[in-house]
Amino acid sequence: MRIEGKGLINRAKPVRFRFDGKTYQGFEGDTLASALLANDVRLMGRSFKYHRPRGVLTAGSEEPNALVTTGAGAQQTPNVRATMQEIFDGLEARSQNRWPSLALDVMAVNDRLSPFLSAGFYYKTFMWPKSFWEKVYEPIIRRAAGLGALSGLPDTDRYDRAYGFCDLLVVGAGPTGLMAALTAGRAGADVILADEDSALGGRLNREREEIDGMPAADWAAGVVAELRSMANVRLMPRTTITGAYDQGTYGALERVGLHLSDAGADAPLETFWRIAAQQVVLAAGALERPIAFPMNDRPGIMTANAVRSYLHRFNVAPGQRVAVFGNNDDAQRTADDLRAAGVEVAALIDSRKEADLQGGFARFAGAQVVGTKGRLGLKSITVQTGSGQDEIAADCLAVTGGWNPSVHLTCHLNARPVWNEALSAFLPAPNAVPGMTPAGAANGVFSTAGCLADGVKAAQAALAVLGRAAGAIDLPSAEDDPYRVTPLWHVVGDGGRAWLDFQNDVTVKDVKLAAQENFRSVEHMKRYTTQGMATDQGKSSNIGALAVLADATGRGIAETGTTTFRPPYGPVSLAAMGAGAQGAGFAPERKTTSHLAARQRGAPMIEAGQWYRPSYFPRAGETTWRQACDREVTMVRNHVGICDVSTLGKIDIQGPDAGKLLDFVYANGFSSLKVGRVRYGIMLREDGHVMDDGTTARLAATHYVMTTTTAAAGQVMQHLEFILQCLRPDLKARIISATEHWAQFAVAGPKARGLLNTVLDSPIDNESWPFMACGDISVAGVPGRLFRISFSGEHAYEIAVPARYGAALYRDLVARAETMGGGAYGMEALNVLRIEKGFITHAEIHGRVTAFDVGMGRMVSGKKPCIGQAAARREGLSGATREQMVGLKPVVATERLTAGAHLFNEAESPVRVNDQGYVTSVCYSPTLGHDLALGFLRDGPMRHGDVVKMVDHLRGVETLCTVCDPVFFDPDGGRARG
Amino acid sequence: MVKLIAKSPCADLLPLHVGDLVLEEVEARLTVLARYDGAATESDAALRAAHGVGFPAVGQSNEVGPVRVLWFRPDQAMLIGPAPAASLWQDHAVTDQSDGWCQVRLKGDAGDQVLARLVPVDMRLSVFGVGAVARTELFHMPALITRVSDIELEIMVFRSMAGTLVHDLKGAMKSVTAQQALRG
Repeated sequence: MRIEGKGLINRAKPVRFRFDGKTYQGFEGDTLASALLANDVRLMGRSFKYHRPRGVLTAGSEEPNALVTTGAGAQQTPNVRATMQEIFDGLEARSQNRWPSLALDVMAVNDRLSPFLSAGFYYKTFMWPKSFWEKVYEPIIRRAAGLGALSGLPDTDRYDRAYGFCDLLVVGAGPTGLMAALTAGRAGADVILADEDSALGGRLNREREEIDGMPAADWAAGVVAELRSMANVRLMPRTTITGAYDQGTYGALERVGLHLSDAGADAPLETFWRIAAQQVVLAAGALERPIAFPMNDRPGIMTANAVRSYLHRFNVAPGQRVAVFGNNDDAQRTADDLRAAGVEVAALIDSRKEADLQGGFARFAGAQVVGTKGRLGLKSITVQTGSGQDEIAADCLAVTGGWNPSVHLTCHLNARPVWNEALSAFLPAPNAVPGMTPAGAANGVFSTAGCLADGVKAAQAALAVLGRAAGAIDLPSAEDDPYRVTPLWHVVGDGGRAWLDFQNDVTVKDVKLAAQENFRSVEHMKRYTTQGMATDQGKSSNIGALAVLADATGRGIAETGTTTFRPPYGPVSLAAMGAGAQGAGFAPERKTTSHLAARQRGAPMIEAGQWYRPSYFPRAGETTWRQACDREVTMVRNHVGICDVSTLGKIDIQGPDAGKLLDFVYANGFSSLKVGRVRYGIMLREDGHVMDDGTTARLAATHYVMTTTTAAAGQVMQHLEFILQCLRPDLKARIISATEHWAQFAVAGPKARGLLNTVLDSPIDNESWPFMACGDISVAGVPGRLFRISFSGEHAYEIAVPARYGAALYRDLVARAETMGGGAYGMEALNVLRIEKGFITHAEIHGRVTAFDVGMGRMVSGKKPCIGQAAARREGLSGATREQMVGLKPVVATERLTAGAHLFNEAESPVRVNDQGYVTSVCYSPTLGHDLALGFLRDGPMRHGDVVKMVDHLRGVETLCTVCDPVFFDPDGGRARG
Repeated sequence: MVKLIAKSPCADLLPLHVGDLVLEEVEARLTVLARYDGAATESDAALRAAHGVGFPAVGQSNEVGPVRVLWFRPDQAMLIGPAPAASLWQDHAVTDQSDGWCQVRLKGDAGDQVLARLVPVDMRLSVFGVGAVARTELFHMPALITRVSDIELEIMVFRSMAGTLVHDLKGAMKSVTAQQALRG
């Protein structure tokens, strides 16, 4: 029911929204919870386990009950707290965990079965038969219990993540936070002031109080206006600080567009921030705790401060006849506020015998609420007084069990909060988080005047650390009432279950059962009952539950301790944490200069590392990749093919000791290489296994260029860096990656030189440019490099020009090749060409093979030391027991070979203990007319001519193969030299 | 004579205007100078003699007229503008990188807010002043970022990543602009 008053709602701007299909009206400034209450909607959800009807418990982020789903389709968001969701025109919200409707939920049968469904019931009940758990029990339980559901569709909404930096982060913008930010802001510090709420001011916007003689909310608005005018202060409303991490880093979730009917396509719904702050003032306030009394979960029962918030900030009376129950002075305050607002107070019940209750309504000191009635909403309460029981009609009950300082962030680096007997509350441990100063209610200071002063004090302490002088600041006058509380954790009575954790349906009885079954540690109790494990993380139940546990185990609260508060403080959507990383944002797309030309020729791309490389170039009439691949292979073998090889790592190595560095890195020698020549090399890891292979060219006496495989470019660069910095700092040599500077294309095939001579400014021949020669050339006036190397076994070159010319040169080379009967070839053909020649890739040098295994044992020079040389000599890294590289051909030419298959002796069964080796690379060879494979076979080189059995257990393929030399085609290499 | 057509990394992608923000490509000759161990003094002197600028301090850059030199890595600097003088080979490994990097400039008051969505380094003017250089990451890419003026940041990533750079920056530029509009 809406009442008169000057809250923070804008009555000039009505807002229409829908809840469970029905249209309602609220005002700008309303939350979904306040607007529903204004429309007398008290039932907002169903509980997790028992499907109990539930209404709003709080007016803040700790809300356990009023969770709804907003949006629809891919933009559906579950478990939105009605107390946090601001309404806007067109907001569509639905209740959760009910069927067919919120008022009539058939799963509420669980509630009737509750005597059988106490904590731990499924551990004991669903044990037999064992196989039923996964297939039968769990699906049923999951369907019966739960919260909101995801849409199952990819989220199309936009989210952001961002980094923030400041001198001082102030967490919370209540009286403490505002004064801290004001003090630091006026001192010139870079300040971020973050608060979960849409309106800054915290409690000042929610209470009937005055500061400096003006309404507290007006005073807060004045301070916020001053802060907003400061260039060095960033105000972040709607921002929850979610976690404290090492070295002054804080996680934060900002709601950017969630409160708007149309934020536009470009603005995010939420931004996940990482804020690095030198100093932090934790002014996160305190959370009011409920009292566990029988049937304390009915819609209409809420915390006392929530009632006051709805009253003062939203001008909503949460009921027509409101009763108040508490154990501290806030009970009286709530009754007075209700009375002043013209709301009927049904009764004021204070559990303290000595409480001096005032007011023109029924008052009960030393009394307790021991029962309630009302199925879908509170109708009456039963009060146990000294003289007996009274049933009092009420549709709302405001409850206050005292205050819990919000110590959560102080615990994120593993500190434990400290129990304070006088306040009956846990306070932050001293120096819990380096650079963080808890202040105000978060530190156990509860009066407004105390908070204002504590905020100034905390800011001054932070400024002192930052080396800034704090100017004098006048403290405004405000209420300074003492905080008087007598603990009351739960009411003993037979009026029914008393809830502690509303969201996970954990009752006092469940906690006592845990203790009885010897789950006496607070951590064990938590796991046994699931208390505190719901999305609200037990904000309104943790302290109550451990107090009940302390009582049940005969220990004190301090001794019982709390469970561990971990980040995040509030729920963080995965979409915000992973913002930007979907679709094209998942990883950088590295594209060669020929990318566009390849795509225009219809080439599908495959990813190699982050590079995109053409798989094959389909031509008209070709319906499968194999047809294109076979054609491209034949084209290279008979004419000429062009392939972009720019993705291979190119490392510039310069300096007088460049040759010595290479000798140390490579297994074979390079200082002896002549200028203008290229040599193939393999490099080993320290453990003697092959790390990478490639060619290195000597361009000048002190200048080499190393090529690495595409995949290992980064690893090799790192390896070289490590060697130069740590192992051989004595070498005068430098390495620089030049991969990206050069566009490099393979020109391969019998007509390669003929083609090149049409583009080179000075023609070459076999004498001037023999096999494994390299040097500078000029293409249409552009200086470039030419290497006569071959990964296809054909007469081949690689031509390199600065990358700006890559696109043009590629198109030109391909056009010329096509004129000569050739064309572009892709990765598939490249793979076939190299398998036919027995050339290795990382399919073979996969990390577990030695130079010996790939038939290059003799390349590990004995003349000079190199990385991996000593380890490669270890026993077991060479010899007949090793699986060594071989070629494999099917005995029956039409049969298939498959990569990943294992090899067995023909007569033995294909089981693990009989394993003889495995297949690493496979292709169909159009040159030879059947499948070919490279693989590793125990003592392979000695078994050429033998027949082995290839078995692919995954694909169900079994093929007899003949073992042979891995070089299937042109074994003497005449074609490459010709 | 037939000539090869040169194409810059962002030729098909930039310039880009979003609200008050502008993203445009710049092109300049880039040379990485890697000085040899123990040659710090000689390197600095050679650079001053040849090009009039000293070897930059860590995280800084030096600029004289058309010549800029950015700190690049420990013992390495990137010379921007002129062709490197032959005298530099004495104390440095000298490598042409002109075609290896994509260079863009982000102009506008909210430039550091755009980068705050992608770069984990404090880019506030008070901390990352004019001339400051950071080798850091831009979302998932290794990047070299220099503040050129109060409202202008120069960003360099590998040439092959130009498309991703523009994709990521465009998204952040649109987001920042849209949020400015929401705040009014």
